[in-house]
Amino acid sequence: MSLTGFEVEIQREVDGGLTTEDMTLSMGPQHPSTHGVLRFVVRADGEVMKEAIPDIGYLHRSIEKISEKVGWHGFMPYTDRVDYVAAMFCNQGWAMAAERLAGIEVPKRAEYCRIIAAEFNRIQSHLLSVGSMAMDIGAYTPFIHTVREREYINDLIEELCGARLTFNYMRIGGVAWDIPPGWREKALSFLERFEPLIDEYNALISYNKIYTERLRNVAAISAQEAIDYNLVGPNLRGSGVRYDVRRDLPYSVYPELDFDVPVGSGELGTLGDCFDRYMVRMREMKESCKILRQCLAQLPQGPVIAKVARNFKPAAGDCYVRIESARGDMGWYVVSDGTAFPHRCKIRTGSFAAMSIIQKVSRNLMIADLIAVIASFDLVAPEIDR
Amino acid sequence: MQELVDSLVADGFVPGGLPLWVAYLGAMLVFGGIVVFVFILPIAGVTTWVERRVAGRIQSRIGPNRTGPAGFLQWLADGIKSVLKEDIVPSAADVPLFKLAPYVVMTGFVAAFVVVPFGGPLIIADLNVGILYLTAVTALVVVGILMAGWASNNKWSLLGGIRSAAQIVSYEIPAGLSILPVVMLAGTLSMQGIIGHQGWAPWTWHVFDNPFTFFAFFILFVSALAEGNRTPFDLPEAESELVMGFATEYSGLRNLLFFMAEWGNLYVIGAVVTTLFLGGWQIPLALADHPVPRIVLQFAIFFAKAYFWVFVAVWLRWTLPRIRVDQMMIMCWKYLVPIAFVNFMGTAVWMVLFPAGVPAVRVLLSLTAAGLLVAFARRVVFHVRRALLTREELSFNPLSTARVMSRG
Amino acid sequence: MAVSDPAAVHAVLRSHFGDAIGDLAGTRPDNAGTTVAPSALVEVCRFLKTETGLAFDCLSNLSGVDYPKRNIIEVVYHLYSYRYRHLFVLKVEAPRDNPAVSSVAGVWSAAEWQEREVFDLLGVIFEGHPDLRRILMPEDWPGHPLRKDFVEPEEYHGISTSRESLLKT
Repeated sequence: MSLTGFEVEIQREVDGGLTTEDMTLSMGPQHPSTHGVLRFVVRADGEVMKEAIPDIGYLHRSIEKISEKVGWHGFMPYTDRVDYVAAMFCNQGWAMAAERLAGIEVPKRAEYCRIIAAEFNRIQSHLLSVGSMAMDIGAYTPFIHTVREREYINDLIEELCGARLTFNYMRIGGVAWDIPPGWREKALSFLERFEPLIDEYNALISYNKIYTERLRNVAAISAQEAIDYNLVGPNLRGSGVRYDVRRDLPYSVYPELDFDVPVGSGELGTLGDCFDRYMVRMREMKESCKILRQCLAQLPQGPVIAKVARNFKPAAGDCYVRIESARGDMGWYVVSDGTAFPHRCKIRTGSFAAMSIIQKVSRNLMIADLIAVIASFDLVAPEIDR
Repeated sequence: MQELVDSLVADGFVPGGLPLWVAYLGAMLVFGGIVVFVFILPIAGVTTWVERRVAGRIQSRIGPNRTGPAGFLQWLADGIKSVLKEDIVPSAADVPLFKLAPYVVMTGFVAAFVVVPFGGPLIIADLNVGILYLTAVTALVVVGILMAGWASNNKWSLLGGIRSAAQIVSYEIPAGLSILPVVMLAGTLSMQGIIGHQGWAPWTWHVFDNPFTFFAFFILFVSALAEGNRTPFDLPEAESELVMGFATEYSGLRNLLFFMAEWGNLYVIGAVVTTLFLGGWQIPLALADHPVPRIVLQFAIFFAKAYFWVFVAVWLRWTLPRIRVDQMMIMCWKYLVPIAFVNFMGTAVWMVLFPAGVPAVRVLLSLTAAGLLVAFARRVVFHVRRALLTREELSFNPLSTARVMSRG
Repeated sequence: MAVSDPAAVHAVLRSHFGDAIGDLAGTRPDNAGTTVAPSALVEVCRFLKTETGLAFDCLSNLSGVDYPKRNIIEVVYHLYSYRYRHLFVLKVEAPRDNPAVSSVAGVWSAAEWQEREVFDLLGVIFEGHPDLRRILMPEDWPGHPLRKDFVEPEEYHGISTSRESLLKT
């Protein structure tokens, strides 16, 4: 087996009597980055890359196959691990798929609880993404600040469901626990404190000259290319496509809520470059705050879970549920054969597509730019490999 | 220092019969040893403590606070730990070069202290080519870094080493060009001579002499940061893809030596900048008649000025992101070098037009700098007041760590 | 002219490709679609992508499902149009013992990696794929793990895949 694990074509050039050869570097699987266990085989001519070939599978845990063994209810904690940074959305996707197959209607209060939990998780995920992007570019301070804010959300969610990272909060038919007394006030006071801080982060890092010089005009992806490669979420919106599953394929109680969909506009460089994707995430956090305030104000009374049989056997058939996760449109294709165990569960995630476009986008970038690109796509390895 | 030794010999402190050069050599070794062990190593260590505490406060956390009062002995603990660690040499590495590289870097760094003044007559050797010697000897570090990068037998280390070599060599040019205006003004390359040309008052310092030296000061500071591999120019080391750049494969004492050189270099940067532009150790003569308190005061003022710039470098490191290799080279060659040239020519023209300088310009520049400092201090006070207010309002979570932090 | 209804899409396809298109199946917008004969797959996909009024410019999902009882492996394509905001499902059946399907990587670039995954985990060969090799499993892994009859190998490069029960007293 070659050192790279697969065939990589090395080019030799003869220039004025001097033979030069590409350098093959292996970036990863161990490297200091919070994005997870990823590997790139970089074929470089000094600092300039000819190509960066992604190599995935280091975090493959056969979660899809496990669903076929543990059954409908039992799979819920496993969905947390599909994307542990944005676990509420994975919970929601699985629950919605099972509910759609069995025709279960979720009570209103449960839907609101789901959305509150999901939007807090979205803010959490974006904070981590923005912070680690700044850290990868070299500014260590914004990472600590965003993680500090994330700690407040962690405390809130711990009070809600008992866990800080892999929540297992939702169930088929609703959510597991109701919102505890006093939680609404704490959540609202957190939002009071947090919303002005987004402007502070913009002043600290977003418009810093060095930072913008690192990100503008790097890896600009046109809208057509983004759609062709099935990029989703902030990656797609950064290229100017105003599409959000919450608005365009609405589910849960999103039709009753009012929010904007921020889109990249080529603010400081080309449309669809790394800076656009980054700013879309910053702006989305503000929109999530708006949604949360509305949900906390409109929260109706009622049960938090529908009556679902313990021996859950949905009708045979298939369904394709799409939700707007923090990383974009997450697709759950679930096939049921009428038994207590799913026949097939396929999870199509945003990071998988983003990883596939890197090989094309990385041509003639510098190695330092590759780091910026990976961070701007907000890749998380568990979501790619499942 | 030579006069000190001469006076000691005259007073009979040296055992009779020893030739003079042996006395000089012995004195040099003793002073060198004192400087290295009593000053350089502790300074490098204490700077790590300062850096970690300042970084903690900037990042709204505490920093080391367990070992010793306010974590002051943390650097000692880390130093002892590094020395006791297993010394790993990669099997495919070029062993002689690998082992030699940290010592080359340390040599280049420690040798600079020969001409760094400490206050008054305290200087190991006041060479008449002082500042030129310093610039030349700190460039020795490039050789060490290249050796480290190559000998590690690791492509990423090699990239780090090459980036560092390119960076240090490129930024020598604007640094040298920014030193030249000062040398022209003072008429000498010797460090004590340059300090002697300035006075204790701010408007007698070289930085406020004319607008060209004012900008040369900033160019020198930025170039010196780049030569010291400090953020925003720390691409050779702390990029997310190079774990530690050229020093990735190093462990234990060798690793410690690399980073001591980096932190100690911060002090050298501060000392150089203070000597050339900020009046060095000059104090008003009226303050002290007797030589001992005078030397102590001079040492204190020099140290304070030099260490202030260490603090600025630390603060920049934890605020600014990193620039990319090609952007760094563009900045050096397309921006800093032309501006430094303009400063150089401008100073020359200024000296021809106004041989004695223009007092009005000096006072004006000093007042501008003072004004900037006051405006900055007001912003700091405003932000600190606002932060203190916010801290008291954090009452929504009884388990919140905010209250613990307010005691930190 | 936007054709938003899956039934209408199906009618357009039937009128162009006749017998290669199966009957309309599925009751909801997210699972309404049809089966396609394997030989006509690439043309149908290209037609769906380029025809004005259909404009399915996005391959939202490509998955393989193993049906041992029907002795087929089914490859399911979920298509989406950003222009007209409509969904359609295509299904292709491949025989289980030698599954081969034409690759649509030339139509949608998103298919490249999705097809590699189906090849890796289920063993379906995609003819015409530019770079068909394993993506999640190691290059020399024996077998295709997501198949219903997959038996885990005893060891991989000398590392045993079974472990003593942790509950042993």
